[in-house]
Amino acid sequence: MDWSLLFGKLSWGLLPENAVAWGGATTMVVIGLGLIGLVAYFKAWGPLWRNWLTSLDPKRIGVMYIVVALIMFVRGAADAVLMRIQQATSVGSAHGIVTASHFQEIFSAHGSIMIFFVAMGIMFGLINLIVPLQIGARDVAFPFLNSLSFWLFVAGALIINLSLILGDFSTAGWLSYPPLSELAYSPTVGVDYWLWSLQISGIGSLLSGINFLVTILKMRCKGMSLMKMPMFSWTVLGSMWLVAVSFPILTVSLALLTLDRTFGMHFFTAGGGNMMMYVNLIWAWGHPEVYVLVLPAFGIFSEVVPVFSGKKLAGYASMVYSVIAIVFLSFIVWLHHFFTMGAGADVNAFFGIMTAVIAIPTGVKMFNWIFTMYHGRIRFFTPMMWYMGFVVLFTLGGVTGVVLAEPVADYQLHNGLFLVAHFHTMIVSGVLFGYFAGLTYWFPKIFGFKLDEKWGRRAFWNWLIGFILAFGPLYVLGFMGATRRLDHYTDPSWQPLFIIAGIGAAIIVLGFACQLIQLFVSIKNRHQALDTTGDPWNGRTLEWSIPSPAPAYNFAILPMVESRDEYWQLKAHNEKDVAIQATGKTIDIRREYEDITMPRNTAAGFAIGAATFFFGFGFVWHIWWLVIVSVIAGTAFLIMRTFDEDTEYIIRAGEVEANERRLRDRFITMQNV
Amino acid sequence: MNKDTTTIFGFWVYLMTDFVLFASLFSVFAVLRSGTFGGPSGVDIFSLPFVFIETCLLLTSSFTAGLSLIAARYGKKIHVVLSLIVTALLGLAFVAMEVSEFAKLALEGNDWTRSGFLSSYFALVGTHGLHIVLGLIWMIALIVAILRKGLTRSNTRKLVLLSLFWHFLDLIWIFIFTIVYLFGVI
Repeated sequence: MDWSLLFGKLSWGLLPENAVAWGGATTMVVIGLGLIGLVAYFKAWGPLWRNWLTSLDPKRIGVMYIVVALIMFVRGAADAVLMRIQQATSVGSAHGIVTASHFQEIFSAHGSIMIFFVAMGIMFGLINLIVPLQIGARDVAFPFLNSLSFWLFVAGALIINLSLILGDFSTAGWLSYPPLSELAYSPTVGVDYWLWSLQISGIGSLLSGINFLVTILKMRCKGMSLMKMPMFSWTVLGSMWLVAVSFPILTVSLALLTLDRTFGMHFFTAGGGNMMMYVNLIWAWGHPEVYVLVLPAFGIFSEVVPVFSGKKLAGYASMVYSVIAIVFLSFIVWLHHFFTMGAGADVNAFFGIMTAVIAIPTGVKMFNWIFTMYHGRIRFFTPMMWYMGFVVLFTLGGVTGVVLAEPVADYQLHNGLFLVAHFHTMIVSGVLFGYFAGLTYWFPKIFGFKLDEKWGRRAFWNWLIGFILAFGPLYVLGFMGATRRLDHYTDPSWQPLFIIAGIGAAIIVLGFACQLIQLFVSIKNRHQALDTTGDPWNGRTLEWSIPSPAPAYNFAILPMVESRDEYWQLKAHNEKDVAIQATGKTIDIRREYEDITMPRNTAAGFAIGAATFFFGFGFVWHIWWLVIVSVIAGTAFLIMRTFDEDTEYIIRAGEVEANERRLRDRFITMQNV
Repeated sequence: MNKDTTTIFGFWVYLMTDFVLFASLFSVFAVLRSGTFGGPSGVDIFSLPFVFIETCLLLTSSFTAGLSLIAARYGKKIHVVLSLIVTALLGLAFVAMEVSEFAKLALEGNDWTRSGFLSSYFALVGTHGLHIVLGLIWMIALIVAILRKGLTRSNTRKLVLLSLFWHFLDLIWIFIFTIVYLFGVI
């Protein structure tokens, strides 16, 4: 009997082979079973399913994005630590702790996971949490699509983790250049795991991009013209525009490589194909992707700096135009990722100049944040600390980026550790520090209490010092000639620097541990840090004008906006009204309330996500019956959902009023205590 | 908040992302069209009269899709359904012709593994065909929904979206007809 019809390429021999891989696989299985067991122990499956997994509330979807991203961060960070241990020990006759091919799997997984499942995850989480609140909306434009995007993201994350247990992962780096990623040189399922994991989560991101683009353009509250929109929403608009234009290119690049590998086509192989076309395509997506991630982080700093400096944002209009300039320029710099392709001096010169030019709008932003601080009354809470770390490191990273933008210098530094140090400086200080600042800043709005300051500072200092120690030596090593992705080297004079980098990574791990302790301590002491006012930082934008945690309908009465710093204006004009001072005009029992229509929870997003997961899994292992069944199931779920007319429910005006009265009473009681 | 205008605007944004997807495939085709690797080039395998019939089928189906929208404006349910059925049949005929063209090429030994040129040809034209198939599934579901519930607000909205989708695919086909077939045989 031919079992391959049933099981495709699956067999027992595919389980992990060595101790480190077994360790990774076991850890993932234990974490997974542990989580399931914990939920079962607390009999939480019902509430979890009803209130979270099927929820269409962007605030809940946002929290789920961030939880998944943090779990993936643990995986990506473990990969990073393994790499640092390997490079600190694998010199001369010593060969470190992992084999060469396993090392290649590790760096491929590290890059893919950190970009697609950590950075993108936290980003979409924050966007879901904050954008509707900030633009004065009750929901996103397409609530079901939002849930579907999230579940596609989860399906992608599951597929990439499955490679730890069944079969192997790609050894072709985080962007899988052909010909190495083609079937002839990567015959196992590793690259297929990579392809399907990214394809599925990438389509989720594309749908999210469309969703938030429409949300921001169509659902802003009355009076909020584009030039009165808060900066975070502006940067998200830029970022989502980039998603909408660049992610289809990713879809195509991944699909063509899949066709090459699965159906023997010749897009990037000998036989009439052109492998450099893949590199061009993937970077035509990949460079905008960098700005997809960093623009929202810029937006977060544009919210944090004015609030903690007690001043309005300097140069609002120039901030908007610099976002637009970055969006435009990010599409005409992609070739700087491969000046060595040999496109000729003229082409390289064009892309080199464009790459240097894109530093200008970024510089405009830097100066505006610093001008905002100038003469301000600065309060150094943790979000501001992350910002200070960002300013220093990001400037350093930006300057090394301008060095790399010169094709002549790039020929020397290409594929070296100098490059690795450069882009980690940009992504860790720009993207990650920005998101940490945002998470600390908006945490009370979502959960109703503040994060612990003391542990937040400890986390920050560990991250900052750890980062400098981990990546400073890599700049030097790059100049000494160390290339990236080395599992072993022969020059013993490199080793001390690699050991320092390893110590830096250990300190970063301490920083992350501080963040976990911070979360634990904050939950334990939440009654001392309750945000009773809804406005813990003296905020200026609409999200602070409603109670914390934000009610399901966000705004009992949709707000009207007259200025950029609407809530500051409102507070300034109503100095004597203590309720408005603290909780804004929405808790005003004299107002007329109306019925509110909200989307009903649905399991359709979960179901389609599950079907897509099995589709990807079937494709990876060539289990064709599973592919067909999941296509049929997914299409059926989609049609059922599309033609379901009963998708909304109504919160009666009376209920809204009662809830608002309760929140107001709670506030007044707290105020008197 | 007007749900109809938001949804239609959102669908336009989606169509633009699909445009980028096809643009990428067109550029891949442009790069690989000379990569025939000793195999046939466009002039050897394309038959313009055949493609002309395909084009006529698709353009006519776009016309009947437009008719269904006019009928919906006047609230004539049965006219909507009939013109949708005609649209679906024309679309189905188009898909059948495309499949037979693909099968013929494959049987002659000129399948997608033959050369980079043929890979990019199958991928570009096949992606368009796949979109048509998805449109047909959507159309059948919508016909059933209209027969069951009539021209409700949500069904009418879906009809507008579907006809946008259908016209969009027509537009893509015009590009395919010109760039792949016409330029191919010159």
